[in-house]
Amino acid sequence: MTDHPEEPLSRMRVRPYTVTRGRTDAEIELGVETMIQLVAGKSPDGKIVSEARAIISLCKEPLSIAEISAHLKLPLQVVKVLAGDLVVAGHVATHGGSNQSDGRPDLALLERVLDGLQSL
Amino acid sequence: MSNPIPVKIVVAGGFAVGKTTFVSTISDIDPLTTEANMTAVSADVDDLGEATSKQGTTVAMDFGRVALSEELILYVFGTPGQDRFHFMWDELVRGAIGAVVLVDTDRLDACFAAVDYMEQAGVPFIVAVNAFEGVLRHHPEDVREALDVPSYVPVVVTDARNRAAVRDTIIALVRHAMTMANAPVS
Repeated sequence: MTDHPEEPLSRMRVRPYTVTRGRTDAEIELGVETMIQLVAGKSPDGKIVSEARAIISLCKEPLSIAEISAHLKLPLQVVKVLAGDLVVAGHVATHGGSNQSDGRPDLALLERVLDGLQSL
Repeated sequence: MSNPIPVKIVVAGGFAVGKTTFVSTISDIDPLTTEANMTAVSADVDDLGEATSKQGTTVAMDFGRVALSEELILYVFGTPGQDRFHFMWDELVRGAIGAVVLVDTDRLDACFAAVDYMEQAGVPFIVAVNAFEGVLRHHPEDVREALDVPSYVPVVVTDARNRAAVRDTIIALVRHAMTMANAPVS
């Protein structure tokens, strides 16, 4: 990552892909439901865009890509690109989501979902 | 929550059919809104029709989350209503348990696109007839016939404002997804 000046979020709304340097494809495939979480002891260095820093500050507890997008008011794809970079850099870990494959949840997981729903 | 397991379902259907109500009724949190930018996510879509001329179109999606256990988190995503946002559906259904196609019997045609999409994409789905004001205006089997829904797809009655009804609808979807996982229809 290169040095990037702090940029107010208001400007982000105009040119959201500036922070991803025009990239729209993430390094790794993250689903909207994929949760990411800060890896303990991995504090990022200064060479990180403010939006990525904002993602990190949200992810002390596991949070989905969609929730991060909603909380930071950043487009999904921007969050995916930045989160993908953070995953590759080892700053955050992923939980679940379609990075595991295009496959649907298996029967064992569906059973657990069913049990959970029935106890609501 | 040391090792959370997120899963998701999709709530589809026409515009203003009650998707957001459905999501908010079951969600533990106030529904959130996330946005996707069409120019970014449509890069590999060949035919967007008139939408291609609308550079930078933003599509908003409402979603909620339900804690099903200590680790298990269910996300419930409402799909964008308009047909020209179908590009976003590919993203939403990838890895999903399945979809609930919500139907307003006064405007059956509004959900044709959703039924077609789920069928073609091979996504396990059920049709849920939303009984507005608790009044069911059409019998589920009439809806099945009108929508030409295959016999293996459940058609249920729901009430998007009623938590137990919404939960039961999602249960019906999960059971259907389990059936499909055992004996997929090719």
